Parts: sequence; C-alpha cells; structure tokens
Amino acid sequence: MARAKRSSSGAPTTEPVARNGLLDRRLFLSSSLAALGAGGLALGSPGAARAAGPPETPSWMQYPGGPFSAYGGPSKHESKVTRVLIRSQPGTTGSGASRTPLEALEGTITPSGLHFERHHSGVPDIDPEQHRLLIHGMVKRPLIFTMDALMRYPMLSRIHFMECSGNSQLMYGPTPPALRAGEIHGLVSCSEWTGVPLRMLLEEAGADRAASWLLAEGADSASMSRSVPMAKAMDDALIAFYQNGERLRPENGYPVRLFLPGYEGNMSVKWLRRIKVTSTPTMTKDETSRYTDLQADGKSLMFTYPMDVKSVVTRPSPGVTLQGPGLYEVSGIAWSGSGTITRVEISADGGQTWAEAALTAPVLPRALTRFRIPWKWNGAPAVMKSRATDSTGEVQPTRDKLVAEHGTNVIFHYNAIQAWSIAANGEVKNVYA
Amino acid sequence: MSTPSRLAVSICVMALAACAAPTIRETPNLGRLATPAEVAAWDVSVAPDGAGLPPGRGTSRQGAIVYERKCQNCHGERGAGQPNDRLVGGQGTLATARPVRTIGSYWPYATTLFDYVRRAMPYTQSHSLSDDEVYAVTAYLLHLNGIIAESDAMSAETLPKVKMPNRDNFILAYPTRPK
Repeated sequence: MARAKRSSSGAPTTEPVARNGLLDRRLFLSSSLAALGAGGLALGSPGAARAAGPPETPSWMQYPGGPFSAYGGPSKHESKVTRVLIRSQPGTTGSGASRTPLEALEGTITPSGLHFERHHSGVPDIDPEQHRLLIHGMVKRPLIFTMDALMRYPMLSRIHFMECSGNSQLMYGPTPPALRAGEIHGLVSCSEWTGVPLRMLLEEAGADRAASWLLAEGADSASMSRSVPMAKAMDDALIAFYQNGERLRPENGYPVRLFLPGYEGNMSVKWLRRIKVTSTPTMTKDETSRYTDLQADGKSLMFTYPMDVKSVVTRPSPGVTLQGPGLYEVSGIAWSGSGTITRVEISADGGQTWAEAALTAPVLPRALTRFRIPWKWNGAPAVMKSRATDSTGEVQPTRDKLVAEHGTNVIFHYNAIQAWSIAANGEVKNVYA
Repeated sequence: MSTPSRLAVSICVMALAACAAPTIRETPNLGRLATPAEVAAWDVSVAPDGAGLPPGRGTSRQGAIVYERKCQNCHGERGAGQPNDRLVGGQGTLATARPVRTIGSYWPYATTLFDYVRRAMPYTQSHSLSDDEVYAVTAYLLHLNGIIAESDAMSAETLPKVKMPNRDNFILAYPTRPK
C-alpha cells in the first residue's frame, strides 16, 4: 500500500506532495500562502467573485434590523440546508430514517436540528413529569428514578459521533448511487452529550458483579430494546439528558437516552425507561433479525458493536461543484468507534498517490474529526479519495476489499474508502473506483 | 432512604483515612425502591430460555384469526409481505444474491417473536393484544414457516423448545470480532 507523502520538516513546500495537485497540508496555515498567491493562484472561484460587485449601501445598512427571537434559527438564506433523504416505512410517518446533510456543514459538531434520525415507531411525546427510569434484574435494590432525581446526579460532557450501523448501505449495491454525501453517508452526526455515568446508577442499585449484560428499553411504542455488555455499561456509558448544551430533542430521546460511545447507534436506546441487569443477552428483535450482518456464505455476524474507521470528503462532493481551475481546500470528516483518528490521507489521482491531510483540533476519541488539505486543481478530470487510520492501527479498506471479505448482502457496517470523480466542468459524481 | 451502601459511606466519612473500603463512593442515592408489583408490570422482556414468558397459550388456528384482523393489512396474506416486512419463506436464500430475511429464514430464536409482537405490534396499537393472542399469532407465523405443526400450541413451556432453522448460522463478534 502506498503511504502518504509527508513533507520533511521546515517550511511547507508549494510543490505538490502527491500527484494531481495535492499540496502540503500546512500550506494554508503558513505565510507561504502569500508566495503561492503571487505565483498566480486564486482562491475559489475568480470568475464568480468578479461577476458583480455588491451595492455600495445595501438595504440592510439603511434601516434598523429585525427584533430579538425567543429561540433562534438559521438564516432564511440557508433554508435549503435540511435533513435529507427522509424515508418512512409504508403506511407510517415516523418509522424510518432521515440523514444529516454532511456536504452543507463544516467543523465537527452537528446542529441538533440536523442530527440524523432513526426511529422504529415514531417520536413519542413524553411528559418528563410522568417518565421514570427503572433499574432492576440482577441487582440488590431495584430502583425507580424520576427525571428530577436523575438531574441531581453529577454529570460529565463528552463529544462523540453517533452512527447508525446501516449508514452508507446503498454503497453495497451494484452501481454507485447518484446521491450527495449526506444522502449516502448522513446517518452519522456528532454532538456534545451530557449526562450521568450509567456506572453510578448500577452501583447504587447493587448490580450483581456476575451479571455480564443488561437490557435497555425505550418508551416509544415499539419499546425498542437492545442488550448491552455490562463491560461497556461500566466503562463509558452515559445516561444522557443534554445534547449540544440543551435538553435532548424529542427525536434524539427526550427526556433521557442511553449513549454508548463508538457503538452502533441502535444500541444507544432513546427515551430510556428500563434497564434490566441480566446474565445473558435477551436476543431482542433488533439484535437478532435486524442489526446482524449477513455474510456472502449465508452466516451472520452478531454483536458487531464498534463502528469501524471511516472518512468521507465533503468538499468537493456531489452537488458541491468546483468553479473552475484554481486553489481549493479539500475538507471532510473522519471517525472511528474504536479510538481516535490518527491519519487521513487524500488522493486526487484515484488512489495511486496519497498526501496526508491536516487534522483540525480538537481530535477526540470516537468523535468526528475534520481534515483539510490544499489542492490546486488543474481543471482536468480527477478522482478524489480519503483514507482514514485510527489509534488501533485500523485502516479504512477499499470497497473491493470490504466486499471480498463480507459480500454485498451485509446492509450494515459499510466503511469503505469513498471515491468522487470530478469532471472537467467541475461536477462531482459518486463512483466505484 | 437508608441503605447498606449509604450506611457504609457514613462510616467511611466518620472514619476518614481509617476506612478500608475505598471503592464505596458517596453518590446521591435518589432512586426509590421499586416494588415487586411495579417490576412485574414493567418487565415485558423474554429471554431465549423462556424466562419472562407469561401464562397462556395459543394455536396456529387461533392465530390465523388474530393475524387476519390485526396484522394482514401491513404484512400481507399469510405473511407474504407488502406493504411492510415479509414474515414467511426465504429459507435457502441467505447465501444467494437476493437473500430474503424472514422469521422462518433468519430469526434465530422463537422467543424473540413473542417478545417483539407483545411489545411492538400491531404497529398502530402496540400493547393491545392479550398474551393468549400473542401466543396464537406466534404459533401461526411459526406454522406458516413450516417450523411447527398446525395443531401445536405455543406456551411458556413449548415456545423456548422451538428450534429455529437459522439458529446455528450466527457468529458472535463480541467480545472478539472474528477476522
């Protein structure tokens, strides 16, 4: 496997570090950008920028602006930035999924209103005054908690991604779906989650140390339930109340949800109502018939919990069209359920040569990590890829390798390298390459 | 509320450095003890060994009546599917290019069927079936899939003994993922 070229110490070079125009990842951070500009490169779209100048005194400078708002929303000019590919099961309005428009966002935190959704029986309208959490089973003291009581517990905050294990499943198909990045890969989002360590509540209940599992159950009308290893529950599981500083949105589990960092999203049971400590997995519908991974030989992998190392370039990507040759910043997200992203490599020549992208702080375990690299596009057709490596040494596989190992019937846990082809007119398409 | 751990914490605090139980921490202890009746009312989950199955029974013939009234609109005649999930058939397709995952071809445990129908079905009116009706629909779907005889009654005794056709085709990826 060709390793990414990383320029040696000293000032970043303005020479390409991989073929087809990928430049030193530190270039935009250094003073050599000025030299580069003097060399004849223009940022972004010179044609569009020069097309029409702004009015000298626009209307919004002539009159006082609008009033305060009780709860702010995005600019009306951003009204097209919504969840995408919203699909419900036939005859239902709330069983199915909606996705995060990854290509419209930057940084690493997903706005709560754009966090992907996956519901199995709609979004329940729960009165927090009536909602209770029961912890029982193999415990010394079965306990019932009100929400007010739980909110008095010491809390901690963690930034983590949440990914549905069915994310990117269309990529198992025989032809690459002609969709945008968010439509293909948008069952991943990232938030700051705040809540109480589950371990504290299990200790208060006196959970049996011989118990290896628990069952988590939600208060939706499917009573969605999953078995969770006790080791995970006692490690970093959160009983979460807040997302990005405010109480959970209804579609993300209000008033309380389980959160299991790095694990497939379905296990982080929303609208959490019951935890039963058990000796064995309960073998619920979702962990047996749904979220199991059918292999080419007809066998199925069960309990594939951590989401694998993965990345996708969001700029450029389908719908995010290049506006002529010139200097661009390539930008994207990488994540791993097993640890921290340690490297993201970018190729602009279909995977023949690779350059290392810059990882933008913060780089956190089990969180979306933003990567960026400068790219001087010469206007010729190109194929762009990103390849992530995590702190366990796992490297994102090619699609060919993933399919060779697991087949195309899997549905879940697709994490192969994404290829975008860029045409001479700047349009970007999803390709298998 | 007075509990053993709270008492231990108090002793620790009084004894300060002399305390020999460093694993006991002061925590809020704001949960109320759940009564056995409360736990019984909430605990609807059923384990593969049958733990949690309620009294009651039902046969395929009884289940057909329930199915036609409560399930068929979404799952088609005799579990054929459309507009929603197909429930019957597909055995022998899992290793082909067009696998059909149904209760009969895919589900590893019969107890899961009772657990899921009781907690989540019918979609528009969950928790509305009696335990006898859930046993009956379970029996009907197992019979349509050729797993039990039409005359077999499903109950807390018989259901855990049903061996599902795809039971041995699952490979555990936890705690160690197979390479």
